[in-house]
Amino acid sequence: MSDVLAVTDHRRGELRDVSYETITAGRQLADETDGDLHVAVISGPVDDFAQICNREGVDAVHTVKYGEEFNHDVYTQVITQLYDELAPQYVLTPNSVNGLDYAPAVANALNLPLVTDTVRLETNGDTLIATCEMYGGKVETTSELTGNAVVTIRGAEWPGADGIGDAEIKEFQAEIDEDAIRSSVTAFEEVGNGNVDITEADVLVSVGRGIEEEENLELIEDLADALDATVSSSRPIVDNGWLPKNRQVGQSGKVVTPDIYIAIGISGAVQHVAGMKGSEMIVAINTDPNAPIMDIADYAIHDDLFDVVPALTEEFQ
Amino acid sequence: MEILVTVKEVSTVEDEFGIENTTIVDQYLNADLNELDDYAVEEALQLQEAGIADEVVTVTIGPEDCEQTLRQTLAKGADRAVRVWDDALENIDLLDVGAKTAILRAIVEAEEPDLVLTGVQSGDDNWGSTGVSLAAELGLEWGAVVNHLKHDLEDGTASDRRELEGGVEELTEIELPAALTIQTGINEPRYASLRGIRQPQRKELDVHTLGDLGIDEGAVEGAVTVTDMYEPESETDATVWQVRPEETAPELGELLHEKEVAP
Ligand SMILES: Cc1cc2nc3c(=O)[nH]c(=O)nc-3n(C[C@H](O)[C@H](O)[C@H](O)COP(=O)(O)OP(=O)(O)OC[C@H]3O[C@@H](n4cnc5c(N)ncnc54)[C@H](O)[C@@H]3O)c2cc1C
Ligand SMILES: Nc1ncnc2c1ncn2[C@@H]1O[C@H](COP(=O)(O)O)[C@@H](O)[C@H]1O
Repeated sequence: MSDVLAVTDHRRGELRDVSYETITAGRQLADETDGDLHVAVISGPVDDFAQICNREGVDAVHTVKYGEEFNHDVYTQVITQLYDELAPQYVLTPNSVNGLDYAPAVANALNLPLVTDTVRLETNGDTLIATCEMYGGKVETTSELTGNAVVTIRGAEWPGADGIGDAEIKEFQAEIDEDAIRSSVTAFEEVGNGNVDITEADVLVSVGRGIEEEENLELIEDLADALDATVSSSRPIVDNGWLPKNRQVGQSGKVVTPDIYIAIGISGAVQHVAGMKGSEMIVAINTDPNAPIMDIADYAIHDDLFDVVPALTEEFQ
Repeated sequence: MEILVTVKEVSTVEDEFGIENTTIVDQYLNADLNELDDYAVEEALQLQEAGIADEVVTVTIGPEDCEQTLRQTLAKGADRAVRVWDDALENIDLLDVGAKTAILRAIVEAEEPDLVLTGVQSGDDNWGSTGVSLAAELGLEWGAVVNHLKHDLEDGTASDRRELEGGVEELTEIELPAALTIQTGINEPRYASLRGIRQPQRKELDVHTLGDLGIDEGAVEGAVTVTDMYEPESETDATVWQVRPEETAPELGELLHEKEVAP
């Protein structure tokens, strides 16, 4: 029997979707060995969160009232104490920015092995088989580990848990050592807004590192002009200062859902895809047939952008 | 104060490649300094130039082959470099976070830096965890996914911005000594100057084995074993165009006309 402790993620008063996905993954692992699924909600309006997290298959929700927002020192302390109390086999957390800010510390404190960014999981109660990606999604690996573990799950790989459960909701009396809280959040800020809103565009011509040089962006702008489309980009283009932050599509940029998304010289890293997979139609232009973006494209143009883009522009002019 | 920067030589894969057992065949792999670590090194050098750090030391766990990558960090301006390798690591396909933490811990204990900078993640096996795990192991405070750091570090505090999801940033105060995991875009990494490229031959590059550092071989065995590697099954029903651009263009044009997006 493997019990699972799934940890939820929230920010500024709202649970994040990956919380429900973590619950699903947790239920799946618990089911495989007839175990119980415990869910932890830590900080913020935990009573409300507990009601919302009481989804089908959840056996218990443990609430810890302490502060409003996520703090990794608090999470690390609470989760290690919950682990001691509940003795789950697996601690499951989202592979979110918050998740990666405490899961390694929890694994370290509990002296447990850690696997991160898993896309599939399977257990027989003894050995965990985890599937992960390597090399930016070009290959997948399966790994095995025995015994207990801390595991983070990639977003959007498991469906979100729904339904209403009959979980027992209880407050967990964590003992927080305030001296060990040595970081504090002073504010949140929205960045990357401005005069262009790529989330409003019907057609996005999106450019990635394949463009090589700043001067070459002109090719992309010409195509966008010809199509009456808006230019967006992957992260390296913004990191290089070639386009402003408000053009960045992805996990830390904008989530876009245009009618057509034309990805030019973009490999399709998971953090990029998180921001554009909801596009109605995806066209990818890439010299690498194995680039992950080619896998999610409706039209995959396996060719050199420096040949294809000018030809397209000419076609539309 | 001293800043220690962990750096990794990562592998990038060519477009077409082959897999043998649980690794990609060597001939399809190219080596490079992990992109995120390049930003971490730059941040350390800027802190030194701002008069905050006296010494910047880089450390890597890797075989002799990766010394060229490590020397790149010296060429950019790091003062010293440390490399750790051991026969006991030779046959491990994948160093897991626990193993890396055990090794880097020994280096941090020897160097006693006030600030440790790591990348957010390795570009090849992307654990995204070594910095935070190392901090926890050493009882240091930490901050993950830092994309801005105030260059004063006054009162033993680092003021930084952490990049969260969806264009939101968190402003955080972190007590030193600390480990920060550095995100791309925090600065503009420099290229090594010509003088810098000639110089590193003379700079100190220390090599340690596990034995030198008093690390038990058992500590690096790792708990996670890779059992299979394969190309993900394509789930796509994409229409693939692999013809000359002069032919692709009209086809895509027609499609976009149909969708009523092209003029
Ligand atoms: C915490 C975190 C958050 C992140 N957030 C984001 C985010 O919000 N958005 C984002 O985009 N990334 C994000 N990233 C970065 C992400 O992991 C990738 O590094 C990034 O998306 C890669 O951008 P790219 O596809 O343009 O570059 P690469 O991965 O380098 O791909 C370039 C592509 O261009 C192709 N190419 C090269 N030359 C040509 C040519 N002549 N013709 C056609 N194709 C060519 C190559 O085959 C390759 O597929 C984040 C990373 C982290 C760790
Ligand atoms: N073999 C290594 N040697 C030195 N530093 C490493 C090594 N592996 C990872 N790191 C550091 O830890 C960061 C995060 O890597 P990871 O947790 O492996 O994704 C990297 O950006 C490096 O700074």
